[in-house]
Amino acid sequence: MDVAEYILLRHRDIPGLDQIETYRQNGGFEALRKAITSLDPDDVTNEVKASGLRGRGGAGFPTGLKWSFIDGNKWPHYVVANADESEPGTFKDREIMEGNPYQFLEGVAICAYAVKAKDAYIYMRGEFWQIAHKLDQCIKEMEAAGYLGDRLFKSNITVRLHTHLGAGAYIAGEESALLDSIEGKLGQPRLRPPFPPAVGIYGKPTIVNNVETLSNVPMIIQRGAAWFKSIGTEKSPGPKIFSLSGCINRPGNYELPLGTTFRELIFDHGRGIPGGHRIKAIMAAGASSALIVANEQALNTPMDYESVPSLGAQLGSASVIIIDDTVSIPWLINKTVHFFAHESCGKCTPCREGTYWMRHLTERISKGEATMNEVELLYDVASQMKGKCLCALGEFSIEAPMSGIERFRADFESITVKSNA
Amino acid sequence: MNALLDKYGDEIRAILAKYPPEGAGKRSAVMPLMYIVQRENGYVTREAIRQIAEICEISTTDVASLIAFYTLYHGEPAGKYRIQVCTDLPCALRGAEQFLNNLCENLGIKVGETTPDGKIMVESVMCLAGCHNAPLFQVQSPEGIEYHENQTIESALDVVNKLRGG
Repeated sequence: MDVAEYILLRHRDIPGLDQIETYRQNGGFEALRKAITSLDPDDVTNEVKASGLRGRGGAGFPTGLKWSFIDGNKWPHYVVANADESEPGTFKDREIMEGNPYQFLEGVAICAYAVKAKDAYIYMRGEFWQIAHKLDQCIKEMEAAGYLGDRLFKSNITVRLHTHLGAGAYIAGEESALLDSIEGKLGQPRLRPPFPPAVGIYGKPTIVNNVETLSNVPMIIQRGAAWFKSIGTEKSPGPKIFSLSGCINRPGNYELPLGTTFRELIFDHGRGIPGGHRIKAIMAAGASSALIVANEQALNTPMDYESVPSLGAQLGSASVIIIDDTVSIPWLINKTVHFFAHESCGKCTPCREGTYWMRHLTERISKGEATMNEVELLYDVASQMKGKCLCALGEFSIEAPMSGIERFRADFESITVKSNA
Repeated sequence: MNALLDKYGDEIRAILAKYPPEGAGKRSAVMPLMYIVQRENGYVTREAIRQIAEICEISTTDVASLIAFYTLYHGEPAGKYRIQVCTDLPCALRGAEQFLNNLCENLGIKVGETTPDGKIMVESVMCLAGCHNAPLFQVQSPEGIEYHENQTIESALDVVNKLRGG
């Protein structure tokens, strides 16, 4: 059931791919050479546009379209790779950077060429300290081999890559907060518009893309948009790494075409639920997910950007957390709400106050100290946050509580008390 | 004179060279500089805040606020080695909370405390992007950060013993 050929996790097919010589022997840097020596920057953007590649960080925004928004009247331009991977349940970018770092870096360099940026920053969560050292070494090797720096492939093109370490803040993965963090400020989201392609770091036009998104780019340039579109579905083309975790026999990263069903991922690749338990719920987008009731219809649903919303949820970064029938939903939402309350940056009131009060309620509810009235109050607090937060973090924090109360009401009825007397 | 710049001149100049040379770019060096400072004794001292503020051309308040905002910076001394166990949802589904409690019990401390020899502190932290290899923890020390995945109590105590010996 494995894929015929890995596109992103190529190191699983080719041992030693994190060595520059091995990467080169396997076609490495040919896409960068092709782009710089035979394509105009706009041709590169158009090819990525034609491929239908969509952002793999969670939002699914068309990548080529984003690149085409870069403001051509303001200079310099910048590229930022978002390697802040911090969503509970997501661990895919880490494997790419550890196993296949040059393909990712080549993707960043091609993006920089396409949007006419000389400098690109790789913003990594501080916990990826060891990976940052590895990427620094890779960047040095690429500079020495003439794949980064000035006059690339004898052209007048300059591309420089720099790593930048964060220091433990989930919110810094939100793209506008990430830009402020690179600028040495608190990682708090900006009011938008303007969006980064118009006003990014240092007030200059900036393209921000996720690690997995950028790692697709070399193959798209090398093999063409039509090849890329032959994988996945019409509206969600290409391969995707699904991070599978929770109550599952074989947790891990699975690179599969977008549109693969939940059933195939969970039961064929993940080998089902341990201990003879029954699957109860699925969180497709990590802790930011609405809870999907794991019935037949859900299991048969293709995992792509269009189909998952039919289940009242989102695909997000495809961090699929499996919940079995031993798990109490009030306990679960207490975990996710704790996470968001801890990570809320405090800038906007609905999120700062909303996550705080939700946490107080979920704690009491999960301990069996609350009445159903407090469950209704929790639902009410969450509803009032909806659509009012400055960034997606606040909006994500209400997904599990609201869907949990709506779809798993019996779990709440069985844990709540009749009165507080 | 700036003692930080004197001691780590080459390294600090290399960091500053990553960012635009004008004012806004200098501020970008603040986070990398705090990591340099923490190498000394695991936290950012008041004196270091002043030195960093001078190099980055920002106020000491701007520097200090980052220490409170980002969890990997520390404004107070604590155990030399911080064992940071992830107990977020995916890890908790694989026994991370039990693991954390067992570890603390074995070390005779509570979560957030440091062992009497001053070497080991145990903390509960948010997602470390290792959900498939839970239970896991990272060790933050003046030297940097190291991951330890697929842990048992036995393997974790081995790590602790090695850290104590080192």
